[in-house]
Amino acid sequence: MLAYANPQRFMELSHRVLPWLCGATAVLFAVGLYLSVTVPPDYQQGETVRIMFVHVPAAWVAMMAYGFMALASLIGLVNRHPLADVAAKEAAPLGALFTAMALITGSLWGRPMWGTYWVWDGRLTSFLLLFFLYLGYIALWNAIENEVRAARAAAVLALIGAVNLPIIEFSVQWWTTLHQGESIFRSGGPLISAVFLWPLFIMAVAYTLLFFTLLIVRIRTEILERRTRSAALGSSS
Amino acid sequence: MRGGRPVFRDVNFRVGRGEALVVEGPNGSGKTSLLRLVAGLLAPAAGAISFSGIADREERGNSVGWLGHHDGAKPQLSPREMLLFFAQLCGGARESIPSLLQLVGLSRAADLPCQYLSAGQKRRLALARLKLCGRPLWLLDEPLAALDAQGKSLLLDLLREHLAAGSIALIATHELLGLQTQRLQLT
Amino acid sequence: MRAAAALLARDLRIATRAGGSAVLALAFFAAVVTLLPFGIGSDPKLLARVAGGVIWVAAVLANLLGLDRLFQADYEDGNLDLLALSPLGFEGIAAAKIVAHWLITGLPLTVIAPLLALLLNLPPSAYPALLLSLLIGTPAVSALGSAAAALTLSIRRGGLLLPLLLLPLLAPVVIFGAGAVLAQVDRVENGAIWFLAAISAVTILLSPFVTAAALRLNLSD
Repeated sequence: MLAYANPQRFMELSHRVLPWLCGATAVLFAVGLYLSVTVPPDYQQGETVRIMFVHVPAAWVAMMAYGFMALASLIGLVNRHPLADVAAKEAAPLGALFTAMALITGSLWGRPMWGTYWVWDGRLTSFLLLFFLYLGYIALWNAIENEVRAARAAAVLALIGAVNLPIIEFSVQWWTTLHQGESIFRSGGPLISAVFLWPLFIMAVAYTLLFFTLLIVRIRTEILERRTRSAALGSSS
Repeated sequence: MRGGRPVFRDVNFRVGRGEALVVEGPNGSGKTSLLRLVAGLLAPAAGAISFSGIADREERGNSVGWLGHHDGAKPQLSPREMLLFFAQLCGGARESIPSLLQLVGLSRAADLPCQYLSAGQKRRLALARLKLCGRPLWLLDEPLAALDAQGKSLLLDLLREHLAAGSIALIATHELLGLQTQRLQLT
Repeated sequence: MRAAAALLARDLRIATRAGGSAVLALAFFAAVVTLLPFGIGSDPKLLARVAGGVIWVAAVLANLLGLDRLFQADYEDGNLDLLALSPLGFEGIAAAKIVAHWLITGLPLTVIAPLLALLLNLPPSAYPALLLSLLIGTPAVSALGSAAAALTLSIRRGGLLLPLLLLPLLAPVVIFGAGAVLAQVDRVENGAIWFLAAISAVTILLSPFVTAAALRLNLSD
């Protein structure tokens, strides 16, 4: 991966890859959504089970995006790679977006299940805290004017968050069992019957590709913006 | 590098024991940045700095007597308390504090909180701190700012004494010091 | 060690002088707890159950109050440069600052917490848990807080950003801190105090290094 860390090479490579990535994302979404709609309703949850196909992949990407951001931050911090800094910076709003989607679809799913939009369920609560981690990261980036300094400060914050995430997850799980006992989402695995697995899997891949497509577009935009800015600065002095 | 653009390049100098270097240049030419680089408070984008064979940035800091734009006087503490703190921090001699306060003309204000001191008095306190810590490499950024004629001659006396002891000083200034020094012109 | 002690003593002296933050944090803590019954009613049973949680939340908020000035004051008046050039090193600065912050806020909060618990009708059996959980947990709040304060060092209105940065990170401390008190109210054994101790120990051990890294990146650029 580091071999492509040169912004110029990244621009060339991403230019070639991007159309394919867009196409694959569109096709997978079409297939996944079709399957999600046509799959027979669940005997317990009825039609509402279909929310799962948009909720679970969003939650998965929300977590993966944080992992990606933390990894890029680590590389940016240790190897001083500007591209890694940009990748981490641009992954954050996407991660926040997918976290928000997971929260919204989760509470929509919760409405027929629990009879209310919000329950301090273990999963939902950890995602709410994850959302705040993303917001804090984005806010820190925006608050520091110096780009290099902002990148390093945000990277340190991302790593603090990465170390803390398992602790947060564990404490929230502990807390929900203390206050309300078992919850519905606790273990998705055994509840899901085989007919649902394929659409879920395809949707998960589609969401992942969507994340990387958007990420690459955002990184390209940021690189171009920086070039424009430094060109303008160079000509003025 | 400042804002992604180099501040200066191809700066080379060598200062021997007992010598001073005056860094000159217009505003924004990087005098402060150069001093911060030498102090190890900034990491050079390229190149190397070493002081008596110490190349490590943070280790080199322990040899530096720093006089920056800000004098570091805590508004709640008195000059005596400030000097006591710095004596403990950098291992200076506590016994010399009363005479130091006398030397820089702060005896009467010694127990007043620093918020009541004038800019010139705060600078004198910083000079006392510089001598108290007795570091071999003085880095003085516009040391004459806010000092009156008497304060200026006090600084020069301290500087001469410092150089006579075989130590080194780098001074960024616009004004003439009246000292025999090397000069480095930044553009 | 001598240098760290000097910095610690200096910060304690400044905090206890006029205009220092030590008393303000305590007043804020008491104000939040006093305000609560006006919001949720004065039912003694309800207050007894929420007492631990409220005191913990108020303690965390009070800790955030002066946090943005922890390094910023020294940064702005040039003292951070001088500290950086001292034999302390950034890790030493961070450690001294964390201890100072705890002695100035965490410890006094812990000491007056039983008084406020009295107002909230906390059952007597829960007092040891309250004191112990604050004693164990507030150092972790100071430690995490110092790392965040160092990250926001160069931001003019960093104080507004700190709660956002710290909220998700402090959630486990509040969960286990308040959980330990609630366990005593409900007379159950839930192990919260041990989790709190473990989290606190890890946080306190790692924070000086994280804080030092954050100070370095903010100072030397």
